[in-house]
Amino acid sequence: MAAFVLPFERPVVDLVEKVRELRALAASDQRFEPELARLEEKTSRLAREIFADLTPMQKVQLSRHASRPYTLDYVKRLFTDFDELKGDRRFAEDAAIVAGLATYHGRSVVLVGHQKGRGTKENMKRNFGMPNPEGYRKAIRMYELADKFNLPILTFIDTPGAYPGIGAEERGQSEAIGASLAAMARARVPIIATIIGEGGSGGALALGVANRVLVLEFGCYSVITPEGCAAILWKDGSRADEAAARLKITAPDLLQLGVVDLVVDEPTGGAHQDHDDAAVRLDRALWSQLTALDGLSPDELVDDRYKRFRALGTFVA
Amino acid sequence: MAWPEKNLPSTDASEKRSLGAGVFRRCDGCGQTLTAGELAATFEVCSLCGHHHKLEADGWQRLFLDEALEPWDAHLVPGDPLRFSDGRSYKERVTASQKKTKSPEAIDIGRGRMDGRAVAYGAFVFAFMGGSMGSVVGEKVTRLFERAVEEELPVVLLQASGGARMQEGILSLMQMAKSVSALERFRKARLPFISVLLHPTTGGVAASFAFLGDVNIAEPKALIGFAGARVIENTIRQTLPPGFQRAEFLLDHGMVDAIVSRLEMKAKIVSILNHLTSNRPRR
Ligand SMILES: [Zn+2]
Repeated sequence: MAAFVLPFERPVVDLVEKVRELRALAASDQRFEPELARLEEKTSRLAREIFADLTPMQKVQLSRHASRPYTLDYVKRLFTDFDELKGDRRFAEDAAIVAGLATYHGRSVVLVGHQKGRGTKENMKRNFGMPNPEGYRKAIRMYELADKFNLPILTFIDTPGAYPGIGAEERGQSEAIGASLAAMARARVPIIATIIGEGGSGGALALGVANRVLVLEFGCYSVITPEGCAAILWKDGSRADEAAARLKITAPDLLQLGVVDLVVDEPTGGAHQDHDDAAVRLDRALWSQLTALDGLSPDELVDDRYKRFRALGTFVA
Repeated sequence: MAWPEKNLPSTDASEKRSLGAGVFRRCDGCGQTLTAGELAATFEVCSLCGHHHKLEADGWQRLFLDEALEPWDAHLVPGDPLRFSDGRSYKERVTASQKKTKSPEAIDIGRGRMDGRAVAYGAFVFAFMGGSMGSVVGEKVTRLFERAVEEELPVVLLQASGGARMQEGILSLMQMAKSVSALERFRKARLPFISVLLHPTTGGVAASFAFLGDVNIAEPKALIGFAGARVIENTIRQTLPPGFQRAEFLLDHGMVDAIVSRLEMKAKIVSILNHLTSNRPRR
């Protein structure tokens, strides 16, 4: 699974691969079972130890991991009858955001997610998950569709940020993001957002005005990239480690600040080690959060969202 | 998202080039020498070439409002949720900004009158940490819209901001969602929101309420946009075209309704408010 390996995860990756080989053997020969159990235990212990000591910047690297499951990897595991809907009806289709209708445990839902590409070719198509205004306008179309037909909205956040380009500015990147926030704020349906990887600033928030916001264990959410922050503060992008720590952008930080409501655990070694297992864990969390909103009326859902964001911020009165 | 104060492209270097103990100043537009008194009398607009120099928050209040602003929530001051320091602590930066601007935070809000008409007025204080939006600014913009609904007032909001405030991290980003949610409630009350885009309006402020006015008005040559010029250049590896992200560029691309000279701005806004409220829709 994980073709690309970060230096600090090497020992865990090696063990995870051994476990995988042994599991294949054990499937045909029971004598390998005890050794498999031992190795699995050892792997998860080592992973826990190593991953407990990760620096914030290492977690950022995990959130950007090239083998990490992306939106469509979850879509195919969690949903059936996915009908992808494309285009903003104004200018273009933007493949950095995928959207559509799907069935989730028997219910129809609207899905909107950032989509990164695997490999150069797909990354060009997906623009590395950095939407242009058209992506946000497609998202707005989906929020309005969901509102009109009374369907819950599930969003998946995974972007370095909105694309900084000439065309994006010409076509109103600012307006598109602002309007997206507004469309989410007024939607009279349940909205659950999950940060599955990188939550890069306003370009991420445009999918994030939800009743409940979840984050995967190694997901991050930040007002600016650590590199960008370091470049501004110290004119030195190489001090990103320090910036990552100061910005408080890891899952536990986000929970503590009230920015997310729940942290979803990842498989041993991170979501990229086992996409299926990652999807099972996310499914469990999503379903319980979604059904917990069942009792709320359309107006109550809008109020609930209002109160959630109204309470965020720290000041002295 | 938040831009550094010192890296901002500025159209205003006139103070540094002041001649003769600040009595004379050279216009950044035409290079002619004017007296400081002349410029102050025309709200920092050059009488020879029309160049707009930076106008401080109190100047805007004098220009727009019939009488002094009745301030709302002026007692709100920043916390330090991340205990942030970049070598110099956030708290020190806030204290220094408060001393320099004599303002508690990067925005003033309150009730004012424009040609006799009561409005909910808000204006960013750019000199306060680049007009950046942290929790206090987000809270005050939110309260501006909330209170305007209660008192049935139109909102006139003057923006000048580098974006979200880095020193409050992710909580600054959340202010975008909070303030836009409040704006959505305000819109349901069918009251007008006039968004005034001053130099500069960028980042998280541009990408939240700034472009959601019923009418968006920009100042001539104001820098307005989402991403910083340097970030774009580094991404696309091209030099940006002249006039990129200036008010005139935004007008050409359909993002603002009008570019209005500072000296005509009040009359224009009053006229628009008169139209929008002349036949108020029944709720
Ligand atoms: Zn001049």
